[in-house]
Amino acid sequence: MPKSKSAYSIPTKKQKSETYIFVVWVDNEAGVLARVVGLFSGRGYNIESLAVAEVDAIKNISRITIVTTGTLQVIDQIKLQLTKLVPVHKVAEFKREDKGVIFKEMALFKVVGKRNKIDKCLNACKKFNPVILDETKTSAVIQITALRREIDKMNKKLKPLGLISTSRTGAVAMTRGAKIFN
Amino acid sequence: MPKLFSGAEIVFKCLEDQKVEHIFGYPGGAVLPIYDELKNHPSIKHILVRHEQGAGHAAEGYARSSGKPGVVLVTSGPGATNVVTALTDAYMDSVPLVCISGQVPTHLIGTDAFQECDTTGITRPCTKHNWLVKDINDLSKVMHEAFRVATTGRPGPVLIDIPKDVQFAKTKYKKPNNEKKLNGKTHNKFSQDQIDELIKLLSKAKKPIIYSGGGVINSGPKASQALREFVDLTGFPITSTLQGLGAYPGDDNQFLGMLGMHGTYEANNAMHDCDLLINIGARFDDRITGKIDEFSPNSKKVHIDIDPSSINKIIKVDLAIVGDVTSVISKINKTISKSKNGHSKSNKSNIAKWWEQIEKWREKNSLNFVNSDESIKPQHAVQRLYELTKNKDTYVTTEVGQHQMWAAQHYKFNKPNRWMTSGGLGTMGYGLPAAVGVQIAHPEKLVIDIAGEASVLMTMQEMSTAVQYNLPIKIFILNNQYMGMVRQWQELLHEKNYSESYSEALPDFMKMAEAYGCKGIKADNPSDLDYKIQEMIDYDGPVIFDCHVDPNENCFPMIPSGKPHNQMILGPNDQEDNKIKGKGKALV
Repeated sequence: MPKSKSAYSIPTKKQKSETYIFVVWVDNEAGVLARVVGLFSGRGYNIESLAVAEVDAIKNISRITIVTTGTLQVIDQIKLQLTKLVPVHKVAEFKREDKGVIFKEMALFKVVGKRNKIDKCLNACKKFNPVILDETKTSAVIQITALRREIDKMNKKLKPLGLISTSRTGAVAMTRGAKIFN
Repeated sequence: MPKLFSGAEIVFKCLEDQKVEHIFGYPGGAVLPIYDELKNHPSIKHILVRHEQGAGHAAEGYARSSGKPGVVLVTSGPGATNVVTALTDAYMDSVPLVCISGQVPTHLIGTDAFQECDTTGITRPCTKHNWLVKDINDLSKVMHEAFRVATTGRPGPVLIDIPKDVQFAKTKYKKPNNEKKLNGKTHNKFSQDQIDELIKLLSKAKKPIIYSGGGVINSGPKASQALREFVDLTGFPITSTLQGLGAYPGDDNQFLGMLGMHGTYEANNAMHDCDLLINIGARFDDRITGKIDEFSPNSKKVHIDIDPSSINKIIKVDLAIVGDVTSVISKINKTISKSKNGHSKSNKSNIAKWWEQIEKWREKNSLNFVNSDESIKPQHAVQRLYELTKNKDTYVTTEVGQHQMWAAQHYKFNKPNRWMTSGGLGTMGYGLPAAVGVQIAHPEKLVIDIAGEASVLMTMQEMSTAVQYNLPIKIFILNNQYMGMVRQWQELLHEKNYSESYSEALPDFMKMAEAYGCKGIKADNPSDLDYKIQEMIDYDGPVIFDCHVDPNENCFPMIPSGKPHNQMILGPNDQEDNKIKGKGKALV
């Protein structure tokens, strides 16, 4: 090992990173998203996607869903650090592979081309509940809901068929069955 | 109809209800309505600093020495940005601060108005929480919540940003409501099972060590009392972090001294070789652990902390107890006492061998240094200062660097809240303003800032504050003309390339003292040291003591970077001994 000239220790063991989905219930107040996102950037955590909206207008609660990767130790820290924030009520985290939880993202595809190309696009999207939101003779806006990697795949697949613009959300999550988080 | 109060009046009514007696601040355009209201509240005394950073550190010194939250009042823009260093410092060292900042009127926010800055944005990562109060009706609630957030759980700084129009606007005042919980953020939910599990570990341990930290100080004087009982009941050796000094008496035989990068040989070796490590209110900081992979490799680890996010952050522990140190330790003590009723013998005999080993390490006398009768050795200066002040209830602050470590090594603290130093952030310039705050909280006590000449120049302007309020603080400068710790690292790790670490044009501190209107004392001869220190102590007023010390002295022992606890470099004596083996010179 080369001689260290640093006053700090040298990183050694690298643990395996895993993908987790965090669901955070927060007071819907000014700056709350900045606090959550700032915590991630400030402590060097990664954000793959982010979805946030108010879910309870009376209690003024917003629900933030964050997809992140990190070692188990980092995931544990993210949860504890989030829980410390004053406007945070509750934090739940799930492994991406968790079969008990549904993860979904939505994408809007704008396809420009002849009718047969648009039909091909719709056909390709068949598995992902395609809905046509807008249609002209030469274009269509198609909405699908799917997993992140499925949308990635469709995004590539539709390019040669006239896809010119993609807009997509971050993942949102919900447990299966009657039980709720926590 | 209830009486209506202006925002500025509400600020003071809240401060009165929170029993605030002192605020540290500096006026400016955006806080003038609050300053205008000051005259109507004689129970609150305002201390005018010379720079907002000084206000922040003074409030920190006040808070750490008194256990009460420190209150800071600054204006918008530069006032707020200047206080950021102190807020970050307080955040790292868990000091309860409430900072009130003025802001431009609400209708000008976001327009790049004069002295406008995004104060809540800038301070978000360095406060526990902050608020921008845009509606006067929220003000009293926010003020009271701010005090609660700052002082509960793991303490820390908070900031309330109040636009000028809100300070003028009027509304009803609401008293504090202590019922409301902060989203269920109470962290005192340990169980008797966990205590029993700990007791089991205690009774099995053959090589135990207690490692206590600033959490014990933050938990209040009762925590130190409980800790002393615990150490007495178990007979275990105890070491402390920089911030924990004073929680356990520094001159007690069971105390091994400070641990970590510049800790004692016995403390660090005991940490490395122990089979049970009990962390009480400390956070496995990187200056403590050394190389993580080889940190205390064979021990069961217990962590008692009020902040769940401190647990398993750096070091995986076997038993975590989340709770306030006072309640946890008291519970442990009770349980031990109860279980001992049957058999009077504890496991003290189990650990006799361990103590023998520790005594062997102690014989190294790792804090030793080669004294001189020609030049003042900085360690010697701190030792003399300690000997001449130990019979008074002395409060010590420090700046950051070699002098800070020498102070921690050679000044023995017997009570909590007597030692104020910037550990987490390592802020040069902390000690002088902190001493101002300590002296405000304890007007009759002896307050000394053990300083370095480079650090103290960063906030020297606060001497003017000390003189204005006739605060008899003693600034004891170990003047070696270098940024000593920088120089030491350059010597040991950068081939003696002393890049920019020498101060070529230092001021004459005697003349500086005279200019500020305080007393200056200079010492450069070891034989004069004692009577000059005595002269400093006896002088009724602020003193700048310019103690010229050997500029080439290094701070030993030390754990070099990337090394575990049991591979320390010892002082020059030991390096001589080990020359044949080449050991201890590995880094030079």
